Amino acid sequence: MNKPEKLPHFRVVGTNPIRPDGLDKVTGRAVYGDDFKIAGMLHGKVLRSPHAHARIKSIDTRRAAKLPGVRAIITGADFPKPSVAMVPMGEGGYVDMNDTADNVIAKGKAFYDGHVIAAVAADNPHIAEEAVALIDVKYEVLPPVMDVRSAMAPGAAVLHETFNPGAFFMKTHKVLPNASRLELGAGDVARGFKEADVIVEREFTTETVHQGYIESHICTAQWDERGQVTIWTTTQGAFAIRDQVAIVCAVPMSHVRVVPLEIGGGFGGKDTAYIEPLAAMLAKKADRPVKVVMSRAESLRATGPSSGTFIRAKMGAKKDGTLVAADLSFAYEAGGFPGGPIAAGVLTSITRYNIPNVRLEGFDVLVNKPKVKPYRAPGATQSNFAVEQVMNQLAEKLGMDPVEFRIRNAMKTGDRLILGFPCPPVGGVEMLEAVKKHPHYKAPLGKNQGRGVAFSFWFGAGLTSSAELSVNSDGTVQMCTGSCDLSGTRLTLAMQAAEALGIDVEDVSPTIGDTHSVGYTLQSVGSRTTFATGIAVYEAAQKVLKEMAGRAALLWETDPANVAVDRGDFTDMNNPAHRFTFRELADKLEHSGGPVSAQSTVTPERVGFQLAAHLVDIEVDTETGKVDILRYTAFQDAGKAVHPDFVAGQIQGGVVQGLGWALNEEFWYDAKGRLCNASLLDYRMPIALDVPMIDVVILETPNPGHPFGVRGVGEVPIVPPAAAVANAIYDAIGVRMDALPMKPGRVLQKIKEQKSAAA
Amino acid sequence: MATVWIPTPLQALTGGEATVRATGGTVKELVEDLDRSYPGFKEAIVGEGVLVRPGISVVVDGSVVKKGLLHPVGAESEVFFIPAIGGG
Repeated sequence: MNKPEKLPHFRVVGTNPIRPDGLDKVTGRAVYGDDFKIAGMLHGKVLRSPHAHARIKSIDTRRAAKLPGVRAIITGADFPKPSVAMVPMGEGGYVDMNDTADNVIAKGKAFYDGHVIAAVAADNPHIAEEAVALIDVKYEVLPPVMDVRSAMAPGAAVLHETFNPGAFFMKTHKVLPNASRLELGAGDVARGFKEADVIVEREFTTETVHQGYIESHICTAQWDERGQVTIWTTTQGAFAIRDQVAIVCAVPMSHVRVVPLEIGGGFGGKDTAYIEPLAAMLAKKADRPVKVVMSRAESLRATGPSSGTFIRAKMGAKKDGTLVAADLSFAYEAGGFPGGPIAAGVLTSITRYNIPNVRLEGFDVLVNKPKVKPYRAPGATQSNFAVEQVMNQLAEKLGMDPVEFRIRNAMKTGDRLILGFPCPPVGGVEMLEAVKKHPHYKAPLGKNQGRGVAFSFWFGAGLTSSAELSVNSDGTVQMCTGSCDLSGTRLTLAMQAAEALGIDVEDVSPTIGDTHSVGYTLQSVGSRTTFATGIAVYEAAQKVLKEMAGRAALLWETDPANVAVDRGDFTDMNNPAHRFTFRELADKLEHSGGPVSAQSTVTPERVGFQLAAHLVDIEVDTETGKVDILRYTAFQDAGKAVHPDFVAGQIQGGVVQGLGWALNEEFWYDAKGRLCNASLLDYRMPIALDVPMIDVVILETPNPGHPFGVRGVGEVPIVPPAAAVANAIYDAIGVRMDALPMKPGRVLQKIKEQKSAAA
Repeated sequence: MATVWIPTPLQALTGGEATVRATGGTVKELVEDLDRSYPGFKEAIVGEGVLVRPGISVVVDGSVVKKGLLHPVGAESEVFFIPAIGGG
């Protein structure tokens, strides 16, 4: 790995300390959802729809209720209609709570295979499972709609007679019975294409894929005598779960306490409530704590995947390599309820290039699949698969090096983005220059081997975060934040606290608070935790230092303005003999006004954009169509890498998931809309044997919106791999791939078509 | 006067103009000023009370501003209305 040099003014940021939770996690001491147990706990099981699209005619629970050991049964009828229709989820994003409630448990209609119909709590999981089988449900089975093109076709079965088109962009309207539409643009596209010397126009499809987190959804709920429910769960955001449970179960938010346990992966899929409201309602009805564990099959069948898509892409450039026009149309699956990633998908499709004439169209399409959820840079991998292939094809037509073509058109600091506002500081050109200069770019290739490149963008998110720091008398510091730790962020946040306070990171003890113990914090999503919660930590540290400087002034009987603070040392500028280290002053806080602690809640406004460029070498077995990854180098701008090894880990993880999209992963549904590959044996994610060592090159263009220059890093590395592999396949054997995944059969088909055309 | 960038879906209201000038000390006042020239603009942007409609983020001079319509603007400010985007 090409590690960035530690800047001289940083003591802690830029180093690679050992993560404090690592040993507990590898030795089994860390408490995950399934480790959590509580006295008197019942076990919940869920009855799910076997039909992709069906009207629920009746639910008869009488036989199940008679089974000894059954303590409670719930159906949709046990849940009130949400009193709040739309709930903000940060940065103007809204969630329709009626849809959320109906996704938690079906009310009148099942919208996908696996949609919850009823749930049972019993003395043990076996009784609960037996009881579930005794629930008699009568359905009117309806024709399923399983992909965007058939859902948008005339005569398609209609999922919702009426629906809220969702929180996309202003006058977004329902334009078809199963779809709403968004259009953005700039310039004059028709004129732009007239100016173009070369034009490429293609169509692409991608399949539905799942985040594939190793730990499934697990939670335990318990009510107390005051009517307050506590939920221990695996989640990316305790407050999001709290808010959703409160609204879906009609309980005041103050009466829902969510305790986040350790999380075994999320990638965007664990920021919403699925089983928590079920566990809460079962626990209330049974008057006992209830634990609900989703099986792997349940997780794959019924939790939010990322959208399958159909994409039309047309782009044009002048002979000198200047892009002049892009006309792009994207249809994203929303799943059974509105709200796919169309805004993000269409905007990230071209935001990294300067194109004067653009039309971007997005359709949010209802299909009989689980409601889609974010999955690392939601919507961007799909649109990148199309645009980055078209970019390579344009470069080829122009006779230009594909990286040089991208440099020619790359967005630079201050350039106007498609929405008009000037681009904040970015290092895209520098990154692409680094790609060109890297030994990988010119390394020799063998027969049936090829090299591909793709360049990618992601916005990142700010959103609200809270942190509290408490100084102990021995000079150590307790740090509590509201951010669930998906990737080592408790350490990257502790490092920022240590940097700001001027103490060693080992002296900061990080914890993750529950919703009753820390200020409001939105989910660990949008690559925002080290960035945004880092700012909350930094702000809290500044308050601590200010208060401690005041205490030093008291002890020295001087004005606080005379106290200088530098890297944990407090000095009296008027008396050099007056000097405290952080530890010395901490010991004197008790007798100078009491212990010091400080809290900060922030909503950062200047999010640093994420850019990544990936290089991949592949080899195609032309007999079988199998594609092997030979070499991979990922370039990414981290702004400032707080913990470079963690940054590399995020990049490597994103690449591996992106390679899964590229080569293997897809949901397989039968003609009736039932998921056929609801296991990790058949839903084929990459394993260690499938990927080589992934080299990482971290670049650092500081983000002025963060005191240490930090950008988010977690999402953008999943975006380029699919396009890069497609470009590499073309480079290897001359076939253009237009569908994900690029599995052996699909590659072989392309090879056959190529041979037929040649003949 | 501040400059307001008109998002594509609302350019039908401004006769296809992508940028217009408006007067006001806050984003809300700019929107109200534009509504006088381009009726329907306020309805498209403003939801309940002084809140922007769901799904819209307000950008003033390059920052996504958390106060939305209540954010102050200067005479040379640039104001944008962009889709709200979260992440995974």
